[in-house]
Amino acid sequence: MKAETNHITPYSVYAKVLIVLLCFTMLTVTATHYHLGAFTVALALIIACVKAGAVLTFFMHLKFDEIILRIFVIMVFTLLAVVIVITLLDYINR
Amino acid sequence: MGMWIFIFTELLLFGGLFLVYAVFRSQYSEEFHISAHQLNGFIGTLNTVILLVSSMTIAMSITAIQKGNRSLAFKLILITLLCAFVFLVNKYFEWGHKIRINLYPGTDLMFSLKHGEILFFSLYFFMTGLHALHIIVGMIILSVVAVKVKTKKIDTGRYVLLENGALYWHLVDLIWIFLFPLLYLIT
Repeated sequence: MKAETNHITPYSVYAKVLIVLLCFTMLTVTATHYHLGAFTVALALIIACVKAGAVLTFFMHLKFDEIILRIFVIMVFTLLAVVIVITLLDYINR
Repeated sequence: MGMWIFIFTELLLFGGLFLVYAVFRSQYSEEFHISAHQLNGFIGTLNTVILLVSSMTIAMSITAIQKGNRSLAFKLILITLLCAFVFLVNKYFEWGHKIRINLYPGTDLMFSLKHGEILFFSLYFFMTGLHALHIIVGMIILSVVAVKVKTKKIDTGRYVLLENGALYWHLVDLIWIFLFPLLYLIT
């Protein structure tokens, strides 16, 4: 708990991250106006993952935290992705 | 570390719901598309922006407390709480509209819909409802944090509670980042 307390993130970094996040939100909203077929969901999910990554890395300080936390977070998201993909494969090929 | 483990359990809780969503969506994609048209995309987008801004202000309040600027940290937490409140007000109007036209689980209108549409709206109400519950819990936590900042219980040297409150708030934001495109933008 204590190891991460020394790094101070400047305000400007947070502001920049917010601008990036807002841009991606705009992108994902604009993308719905185009018919991209099956790619629509993929694009929405990719953008959501990028945004989540930005929030985790900067807002949640993972960038300056213990490395083990980063590994845990990646593992949890991988686990979720694997569970969802395997379940979908089962349903689609039934 | 403990806070992170708690966050993982929350992620898996919502992960399970996303799994249910993914399965039903693959089975009833047509009905999900039609239903999603009835959601208010504008309010959804507005709420996304509000949550992102509030996430930034709470992150900034940690910087403020680290730099010893307690009054700024306090103000930033208040802004975060204000954003949370506006989010809930928007949600109230959004849900209020659906309830007025009798579109909520248990009504005759719901039963008259197609199977996939019933599933979509049930998932919509459950997932956004559970998320709103997290918003309320986050607001309570942040209110406690705000009081402690004001009374100097949280200071430059001790701000673990603020950090954990902020982490919880980012989690709420994180969940919304996935909920928003999946529920509102699948048209």
